[in-house]
Amino acid sequence: MATVTKYPTEPLKCWNKAKELRLKYYKDYAECKQRGGIRWSGGAWAMDAIPAGLGDDVYTLTSEPYAASVAFDPKLNAECQSAADAKGWSRDLCYYMRTYWGSMYVNKYAFGGEFPKPDFVYQTQICCSHHKWYQHVSEYKKVPYFTIDVSVGAYKDLDEGKIQYVVNQMQESIPWMEKVTGRKFDDEKLIAAVNSECRTTSLWAEVCTLNKAIPAPLEEKTMYALYVLATLSKHSKEFGDFYEELRDEVKDRIARGIAAVSNERCRLITDTQPPWSYLSMYRYMEKYGAVSVGSLYTFALEGVFADQPDGSWGPRPTPEQLGIKIRTREEALRIYADWNLCKPEWQHFYDPQIKTDIMLRMVKEFKLNGVILHLNRGCEGLSKGIMENRLGLVKAGVPVMTYEGNMGDEKEMDYPRTLSRIDSFMESLGLGKLEN
Amino acid sequence: MITAGIDVGAKTIKVVLLDGDKILAKAQVLAGFETEQSVEEAYKEALGKAGIERSAVVKVGATGAGRKAVAFAQTVVTEVSADARGAVFLHPSARTVIDVGAEEGRGIKTNAAGKVVDFAVNEKCAAGAGAFTESMARALEVTLAQFGEISLKSDKTIPMNAQCTVFAESEVVSLIHSNISKEDIARAVHDAIASRISAMVRRVGLEQDVVLMGGVAYNIGFLESIKRTMGIENVVVLEDPEYVGALGAAVVAGADGN
Repeated sequence: MATVTKYPTEPLKCWNKAKELRLKYYKDYAECKQRGGIRWSGGAWAMDAIPAGLGDDVYTLTSEPYAASVAFDPKLNAECQSAADAKGWSRDLCYYMRTYWGSMYVNKYAFGGEFPKPDFVYQTQICCSHHKWYQHVSEYKKVPYFTIDVSVGAYKDLDEGKIQYVVNQMQESIPWMEKVTGRKFDDEKLIAAVNSECRTTSLWAEVCTLNKAIPAPLEEKTMYALYVLATLSKHSKEFGDFYEELRDEVKDRIARGIAAVSNERCRLITDTQPPWSYLSMYRYMEKYGAVSVGSLYTFALEGVFADQPDGSWGPRPTPEQLGIKIRTREEALRIYADWNLCKPEWQHFYDPQIKTDIMLRMVKEFKLNGVILHLNRGCEGLSKGIMENRLGLVKAGVPVMTYEGNMGDEKEMDYPRTLSRIDSFMESLGLGKLEN
Repeated sequence: MITAGIDVGAKTIKVVLLDGDKILAKAQVLAGFETEQSVEEAYKEALGKAGIERSAVVKVGATGAGRKAVAFAQTVVTEVSADARGAVFLHPSARTVIDVGAEEGRGIKTNAAGKVVDFAVNEKCAAGAGAFTESMARALEVTLAQFGEISLKSDKTIPMNAQCTVFAESEVVSLIHSNISKEDIARAVHDAIASRISAMVRRVGLEQDVVLMGGVAYNIGFLESIKRTMGIENVVVLEDPEYVGALGAAVVAGADGN
């Protein structure tokens, strides 16, 4: 069968820079102690702008993207899983948690050398695993630990009491950090970091919104290497600058009609983390001319969205864009709490209907032909309510395919059968293979 | 125009030769380890039964888990699409297709043209498929045919909790040691499979007519269990249910303009 080339395509110019920034992040974390810096660890949803108030030489290791990196190293991955099994941890626990623990047990860092011990742990709690994950790290590594409970309910129901509850915990964490590190907290650095995080996460949302264009300038397999920067450090100015560069390049691609997939003829979204060892399934879909333009996960794990003046879904304007000048610690923390609590990927924890509504909005605004849902055995949190989402989508007439897998544990994934399922789904969408 | 449909399943290879709306011949062989050879054997057998030469076949369609083994097929189609087309060919008012083969169970919602509207397939576990019934029949030391028949003699509902074939087998062994009759255990096994299959069917939405295909459709015990589990009286067992996928592949090959 002949390949039908419809749109011009070209590699992303800033691709290598994204890779370099990511590697530098992991290297910095490993080496910062030699320069007298501070290390802390927490989840990708940790309020990372707050420890930034301790100085410019404070480095973090966010555990979910770290564990995803381990998934790309089959030998280390197997070692980590075995080590977690040997400690008696059940296989149905969060894959990222088991892997981070496994890496800690075997004392191997995926980027070379021994597993770097954090000076303290700073975490948020919304998913069922988050707090316990780091409670164990704290006990095992004997490091101090602070958790902020952010599970206050859906953003649409946010009220003064709920926001103050989160802000109070943030306030409390600052003298705690001063005590455990022996450093003086700098409110100016906090304010700068909050503004920077708002910029970074809004910019990423803007990049994602640009994928409404036909042909899509980006496809999801590539986006995984881009969104990850925000999961590493949301407040990083360097990452914000990168997203600005990326945004401009994506705008340029749209202006010149550059497609991510040259034979795009079917647009999809996926859901939850992908099976990291099997990202080739995205290339397989492209054989049918099907392109995944993203997912709620890729877009909104870190991207912060809001209704635009024209009613569409797009980036939330930052405080700076709205002319808000943050002057005090309290103001910074209140804005910061509100900014994070509106994160779209947090809303389904309270009601699957909210996620279904967002997905239906994506189907409409991104002009999608279908949705592929990963029933991810490795993540209870993001899989929560996913079959409710399926029902809601199907009821609205959206074709949906589901497949079972695990974001990291290869044993949980039947890849040939998943490809066969994609074949069936594509046939049901009326698509034949354009190439073998 | 004569077309051929070849369904390369996990356990058997089925061939159907079709001339327009008329089925000329059917043949079936065990898949074995040399799939290509088995495909050839089944194809030759079907051609022999129809009394036609290979050159008389204008189009060949392949389906099934091993469909890539049919190198001479011009059309390749997934089991889900082939099932829907074959089922509607045989029973035009079919809208829900249940296919239970050796390794896979499927629930398919189809339209009047045999196009798939939605589908659900069991995941990597074969607990909702034919291999499971074979394993359980072995555990009870009865033939597959007996296994279905004896379950009809039971009126007890014994829940089986295990979702996995291996664990279910040990659960059956426990029931045997608890002096539960073979009849009651057989029914419990069929109810467990039917429960898994009907959950998939409900996922895609139950719409009449409901038709049953695949080798497990021969199992009278499963048929009764699936009716009971889904709460419907009328489930149509398609003629020669194991050949429906191959038939669908032949229909698709005939319709394929390539």
